[in-house]
This record gives sequence, C-alpha cells and structure tokens, in this order.
Amino acid sequence: MRAEQRTNAKIDKDLLRPVMNTGRGWYITVALSGAMFLAAIGAFGYQLARGIGVWGINRPVMWAFDVTNFVFWIGISHAGTLISAILRVTGAEWRRPVTRCAEAITVFALMIGAMFPIIHLGRPWLFYWLVPYPNERGLWPNFRSPLAWDFFAINTYLLGSLVYLYLPLIPDVALVRDRSNGLRKRLYGALSLGWRGTQLQWARLEKAVQVMAVVIIPVAVSVHTIVSWDFAMTIRPMWHSTIFGPYFVAGAIFSGIAALILAMGVIRRVFHLEEYLRPVHFNNLGLLLLTMSLIWFYFTFSEYLTVWYGNQPGEMEVFRSKISGAYAPLFWGMVLCCFVIPAPVLAFKRLRTIRGTVIASALVVAGMWVERFLIIVPTLAKPELSFNWGSYRPTWVEVTLAFGTVGYFVLLYTVFTKLFPIIAVWEYKEGLPFGEHGERTIVSTPEAGLESA
Amino acid sequence: MVIDLDRCTGCEACVVACRVENNIPTVGPEEAAKGRSINWIRVERYFEGEYPDVKARFMPVLCQHCEEAPCEPVCPVYATYHTDEGLNAQVYNRCVGTRYCANNCPYTVRFFNFFNPVWDAPLDKALNPEVSVRTGGVMEKCTFCIQRIRKGEDKARDERREVRDGDVTPACVQTCETKAMYFGNIADPESEVSKLSKSNRAMRLLDELGTKPRVVYLNKGD
Repeated sequence: MRAEQRTNAKIDKDLLRPVMNTGRGWYITVALSGAMFLAAIGAFGYQLARGIGVWGINRPVMWAFDVTNFVFWIGISHAGTLISAILRVTGAEWRRPVTRCAEAITVFALMIGAMFPIIHLGRPWLFYWLVPYPNERGLWPNFRSPLAWDFFAINTYLLGSLVYLYLPLIPDVALVRDRSNGLRKRLYGALSLGWRGTQLQWARLEKAVQVMAVVIIPVAVSVHTIVSWDFAMTIRPMWHSTIFGPYFVAGAIFSGIAALILAMGVIRRVFHLEEYLRPVHFNNLGLLLLTMSLIWFYFTFSEYLTVWYGNQPGEMEVFRSKISGAYAPLFWGMVLCCFVIPAPVLAFKRLRTIRGTVIASALVVAGMWVERFLIIVPTLAKPELSFNWGSYRPTWVEVTLAFGTVGYFVLLYTVFTKLFPIIAVWEYKEGLPFGEHGERTIVSTPEAGLESA
Repeated sequence: MVIDLDRCTGCEACVVACRVENNIPTVGPEEAAKGRSINWIRVERYFEGEYPDVKARFMPVLCQHCEEAPCEPVCPVYATYHTDEGLNAQVYNRCVGTRYCANNCPYTVRFFNFFNPVWDAPLDKALNPEVSVRTGGVMEKCTFCIQRIRKGEDKARDERREVRDGDVTPACVQTCETKAMYFGNIADPESEVSKLSKSNRAMRLLDELGTKPRVVYLNKGD
C-alpha cells in the first residue's frame, strides 16, 4: 500500500512538473514560435492589403501552397484522434502515455488546417458566405460543392475531437485544481466541471470516452475522404481517381503517426519523461508507421502504374512531369522520404530505436507535405489544352504562411503542455495494475476463457 | 455560337473588341508574364503537317458555355450557375474567390482578378457603362455579351415577337473581319447556328469529356 502511494505521488509529481514549473526553454520556445506566428499574420495582412496576387499562383495554377497546407494539416490531424481512438477501442494498453499527445495534435492541426480554406479565398473577409444559415442574401451555399462538404466535415471533426480531447482531460484538470490556489484554482475548478472522482462520475466518464472513441473513427475517415474529393470530383487528369479517398486517408494517418512520434520525441526529452515514454512506445508506433509506409507505397504504386499503363495523353503529361519532368526531384525526394529511407529504418529492430523512429518520422512529415504539393500543382500546371500549360513558383508570402503555421502549431502545443499534463495522469495510473503484462497478449487456459465469455 | 476555323485568320480583332466591350482590365506586362492576363476570348495557334508542308491554324477559344458545365457544381456560393436560357452565368458579387471553378474548367477560360483592376489612361475613360467592373479576388469569364442578349430580348419583346437571328450579336462576332463567327439561338431549328452546327465539318472542343459545349467549331473544309 505504501509503495503504491509512493508510486502515485511520483507519477503525479513527474507528470505535473511541466504544468507546475516553467523552465527557460519554455519561454524561448514560445518566443520563437510566437515570432513565426506573428510573421504569418503579417504576411496575411500584406495579402489582404495588396490582394492575393502577392502569391505565386497564376492561371492555370490557381491552387498551390495554400491548399497543400490545408490538406497537409488536415492530414496531420489524423494523428491524433484516430490513433488514440483505435488504440482505446482495441484496448492496447501501451496507448496510455500516448493518447493525450495525439489528441492535442489533432485539435491544433485541425485549427490550422481549417484556416487555409479561409486564407486562400480571393476575398477572405466574405468567408461566412460558405456558412449555411438563413441570411439576408436569401441564398444557401451550394450543397453540391465539395467545398461545402468540407465545411461540414471539418467542423464536425473539430467539434468531435475537441470533446474527445476534453473528456479525458477532466480528471487531470481536477488534479491540478486540487494542487493550486488563487485564480488558477478557480479557473481549473470551472474547467473540471465539478469533478469529485466519485464512482458514478468515473463510470460516466469511461462510458462517454468509449462512445466518443467509437464515434470519432468514422468521422476522421470521412474528413480526409471528403478532402480528397475536392480533387477526385473534378475532371482533371490525375485528380479524377477512384482511390483518392482511401489514398488520402492512408496518407493522413501516415503523416499523423509521424507527427505524433516527433512530438513524443521532443516531449520526452524536454520534460524528462524518459520513464514514461519508453522505447516500447516508439517501437510500437514505429511498427504502425512502417505499416502505413507500406500502405502508402502500395497506393502510390497502384495510382501511378494504372495511369502509366492507361497511357491517356492528358494523364501522361502530368505523369511525365512528375516522374521525369520539372517535378521529378520533388517526386523522387518524396519517395525517398516516405518509403525508401523510413521503411528499412522502421523494419529492422536494431534501427527502430527512439532516435531511428524520430528521424524516420521527420522525413515522413516532410515527404508527405511534398506529396500533397505534388498532387495539387502538377495537375493544375498541365491542363488538357496544351496552350495553357503553366508553372508555379512560391513567393515569400506563401513561404512565410507555410512556416508561420508550423510556428503557430508549436506555439499552441507548447502552451497546451503548460496548461495541462501532456501525459494523461489518471489513464497512466489506471493502467498500472496491468503492469508489464499490458504489452503482451494475455492468455489463459481455454476453460477459463470460456467461463469469462 | 459557331466558329468557322477555316475562315479565321488569327487577327485577334475579337480579342480587342471583347476587351473594350466587357471592361476587361489590363494587368501590365509583368503580371501577364506570370500568366495573369485576362482575355475572355483568346486566339490559340497550332500547326498542321510536317515541314515543309506545314500550315498555321488558329482557334478562338472562349467560355464554351457547357450544357454540363464542370465549373458550376463545384462553386460553394452559386457564383457560377446555369441560367434558364442555358447560359453559364457568373455573378461577380457572389464570388468569394475559391478558384475551384477555374481548376475544374478543362478549357482554362476562367480568369481571376489577382489584384484590384486598373485601366491605363485613357482606357479608364472608355469603360462600357452597361457592364459592371469586377473587383480583386473574383473570377470572371465570357458572358456571351449578356448585356447585348438582354437588349436583343427587350427589343423583341417590344415588337411582340420571338428573338430571331440578328437580334443579338456579341462584340467578337460583330467585329470578326472574315465573318468566321456566328451567334444565335440553337434551340431554334431555323437559325443559322442550328443549321451550321449540323454541318459535317462541325466539332466540339474536348467533346469526349461530356461537358456538351455550346460553341461549335467548323473545321477542315479547305
């Protein structure tokens, strides 16, 4: 009993340390990422003042960095909720220190991804015209447009993942509340919604989290499917593809897991959580990442092989520009970053270390950004009528917006780790009785199995 | 609309006429080099045959006013829609500038205002009062000179009769030196465009995409 109390006290102390104490590194991170975010706001202000022509977009390349960032961030958001939900639903015990890192990534990546459909408008101040409500213009949005579907899909996912982040946060918020005083106590008191830790409250919380975990999985799948339909519903070469839905979802989970491993690597080091985020977590997530890398390669191979074999002139022009034309360095760089390097690193146990998985993840995140870019721009640059072929080069405004949103993500995440324990304290403690067995398959005699069933 | 490619000399008078009629802004050489010029109608040049037996051909390309227009369903705010008459209309004031319509147009005939428009003097004094000017951030394209269509309809209504050939002449058709362009009501079997579109020289641009273009080209009669 004593030992158990000591363990619990140590867990509380370790996991609440980032919330209770603020190091110099935290301020530096906030300052740097905040500066990047301010730069992005400045770039957007410049764009508003001068017009969207300050971007490198042109006719025919009407979408470029803007929609790339949109698809990329929505993809990153699949880290979270989806991975955490699947691990919860399947009862993977090793998930416990991972879930909250993942859920927070989802919410922040979605917030950033959802900004881009507004930023990319020619007249961003009229974005509310996309919102369906009875208005003075007497006009509903066009429900046939995939952009209108995006509006519903993203908002549903954002609300759902916010709830899914918040519910398991409640007991931890109460924990902070009980250990603080003054304004902080009042604030966390309100946020903890009167959590007392009674049996009934626990039962209801578990039930609600279970329900949300099941509900969020189809929502997450539908979101990136609908994002892919922004392209697949058109009649453009190499956009009009039936596999875009699953291809995008797989890519999203792929980049999402990579982002999660990256975030965990950083958290583990800066908050000294080596005892909590252990090699086994990186190993297991690394195996998931390997699976997704193989699936991603399979989809990419299928997509390009069928285009090449079909040999239709319009599609072949886009195909050639990617494989051997102007976009070839990006294309082969993407294959290198998403498959050729990470797959062996993740496949061999000796390389699948914390360092190995983090490096592989960094490559995958970069590679998946390029993948989104290569889906969008080469197709637009090669319209059917060859008179109108074009090219694209980003301007400093687009580059600033892209990097600025990375800064914004880091800023949001850093502030989050200050406000809430980034590893779910109660979930971690709850898993203690399972101990080391949780990581292995629990077997028993067949008779016992029948009785319990 | 019917365009006889065998008569087109590529003089681009239609391009100029359209620019003057429809208040199309000039974007300047630098922007044009970036691919941001606006030409509701443009003359594309292509070559037929091998050297030395080679022939330059010209093809005026404008909005095809497709019956199954791919630009229409993708617009989230109904800025582009199909009118009862079968025109592919663009409502500038509704446009928020997603540029989705331009991405889904296989003919690349949709033009975006990347900046607020400017007209170099003295063009700013020559704006057509019957055509609204567009602001930065909105899409625009050929309207088949809707202002002239409306005028023709009004005239016919005043005279208590149906619209007939000659009531409506878009600026490009009016100015075509070699009379390569025809405009009329394709629903009227007696109209000139109806008869011409049944010619065995008739073809439609990218017909295989199923967009059912309303511009018919006549080709290969020479």
